[in-house]
Amino acid sequence: MKISLSQIKSNNYITNIYLGTFLFSLSIFDVFLYSFLNINITSFLPGNLSLFFPLIIGFIGLSFIRMEYSGIKIIDNLNKHINTSNFNALLTLIIIFALLKALPPALSWMVLDANISGDTKQACTGTGACWTYIKVWFKRFMYGMYPNEMHWRINSAFILVIALGFVGYFFKENLKKYLALYYVVIYPIIAFLIIYYLISGGSFGLVWVETGAWGGLSLTFIVSFFCLIFCFPLGMILALGRRSNLPTVRYTSICYIEFWRGVPLITVLFMSSVMFPMFLPEDFFMDKLVRVIIAITLFEAAYCAEVIRGGLQALPRGQYDAAKSLGMGYWKMHIFVILPQALKLVIPGIANTFLALVKDTPLIFVVGLAEIAGMLALAKTNPKWLGFAMEGYIFAAIIFWIICYAMSKYSYNLEQKYKTER
Amino acid sequence: MSEPIIKINDVNKWFGDFQVLKNINLDVNAKQKIVVCGPSGSGKSTLIRCINRLEEHQEGKIIVDGNELNENTKNIEEIRAEVGMVFQQFNLFPHLSILDNCTLAPIWVKKMPKKKAEELALNQLEQVQIVDQAYKFPGQLSGGQQQRSAIARALCMEPKIMLFDEPTSALDPEMIKEVLDAMVNLAKGGMTMIVVTHEMGFAKEVADEVIFMDEGMIVEKNTTKEFFANPKSDRTKLFLSQIL
Repeated sequence: MKISLSQIKSNNYITNIYLGTFLFSLSIFDVFLYSFLNINITSFLPGNLSLFFPLIIGFIGLSFIRMEYSGIKIIDNLNKHINTSNFNALLTLIIIFALLKALPPALSWMVLDANISGDTKQACTGTGACWTYIKVWFKRFMYGMYPNEMHWRINSAFILVIALGFVGYFFKENLKKYLALYYVVIYPIIAFLIIYYLISGGSFGLVWVETGAWGGLSLTFIVSFFCLIFCFPLGMILALGRRSNLPTVRYTSICYIEFWRGVPLITVLFMSSVMFPMFLPEDFFMDKLVRVIIAITLFEAAYCAEVIRGGLQALPRGQYDAAKSLGMGYWKMHIFVILPQALKLVIPGIANTFLALVKDTPLIFVVGLAEIAGMLALAKTNPKWLGFAMEGYIFAAIIFWIICYAMSKYSYNLEQKYKTER
Repeated sequence: MSEPIIKINDVNKWFGDFQVLKNINLDVNAKQKIVVCGPSGSGKSTLIRCINRLEEHQEGKIIVDGNELNENTKNIEEIRAEVGMVFQQFNLFPHLSILDNCTLAPIWVKKMPKKKAEELALNQLEQVQIVDQAYKFPGQLSGGQQQRSAIARALCMEPKIMLFDEPTSALDPEMIKEVLDAMVNLAKGGMTMIVVTHEMGFAKEVADEVIFMDEGMIVEKNTTKEFFANPKSDRTKLFLSQIL
């Protein structure tokens, strides 16, 4: 037997709209009362029926509303976007109800019942989150063990590096061709020098602060920044190498890529900090942070290479033919014709790799470098502040989400900016 | 008679086991216009792609403007710069404007100053009547306009020889004429041209010689008049009866 809801519909569409709207509103009202005010108006119904009551009447209500054209704007929009079929209507209701149920407890834990005053654990008396913990530890989460009175050095170094990053926008027309050179070679070197002299210190009257004391969000930024700007050009060279006609170059690239893609990052980090120094001459010293940055760069370059290779393969052969027929050699062809198009194609893939890289940085904790997630792990085991792991992880999650969302937005903008019709 | 600008001697080429070119012999003199026709898969495109070494031949000799093409050729880029090529699919660079498409190679390959290259490019675009589209991107132009831009781009290198690989096959019928007009103008200007095409009207108008190819061989090589009036081989007659 086929039950069709349309059979119980009235012929008068106005009646249908009134009835449907009433049932739909009632279902939302019921869930709202239950989750925000904890009043269950359907408690007279037996067990499970009471739980599913709003879903059922909301579903019936929506099916009453569903019609070709009603002339009422809200209802027409509703029908067009969320109420196109029974399945869509059900899905919409489930999502709305899940949000209504989950929001109040989350809201009360994070905001309404939370504490932020005071600066000891005892100040947290409410049942909600203890943001006091984040407040007290905030500087540690941002700067690690870096001495408090020298935080200005980190801040000013970052401002300088960011400002230099924007210099490219102000290049005059005749300098534009050096833009790539600036970002690939000059900028990283200057940034390294700034960070070395300002954050590390040791000269110009600045006290030496060893890298073991660096940490928190600033370390996340430093590691991510250097890995990003170094792994991209390296990946590009590897991608070209893998497609080269010269067997030595091609097989070297293939071996490199397959090796680094085949090992876990965590073992690479252990190798870099524990094994690698054993192979170095005794009087040769390389800082642990530098070793870790090199390790992550080499690791991520392999992934970048494969993404870029995908873009190179997507280009039609005619582009190569045309460039060659105009007398361009390998490098000119790639710099002016192939790479600009291929890189444009791989912006989403590269963004993906870069996001993964930023989220991989917490792994450096295993070699004793504490960036933001690492500082968190240290702080939550502090005897005075036991039991606040949840707050800490939510805080770190929010920070990572902001960074990653900004990056993904930026990559999307780039994609739109360089989109040309083919 | 002076030395031919292109000499092709006993050229053989295989794709795997399949022989695409069989004993090709062809001499092209400067300022000569040659039309190559034949059914698809007969090796026409492969032959002209061998002339600027986009394809490599395995046996025989190809000499372009006194330089022999083989794997030892160091100056292949210089030879290619003298041989312009126009493709069936236009192959303009979609990320550059029409003007930049035209100036890219003169600036970076011939080391021409940017100003001079732009003047030259605008002049060439004027010749193919497309100068008002110079600052647009290839994707914004029609097929015929794109193909004319591609001709202008090749001419900006001031080549001695122009190769056309089915330049009108990817175009809508009403755009074919504008491209052919541009090619006729070029022919009248005295360029050495080798054109792979099915446009027999064009062949009759400008070609000095017509070559008919089938199954990798040159079946017939004749002056234009003779080729259409009394073709020697039966295969040619069959072909002509089908397309005319």
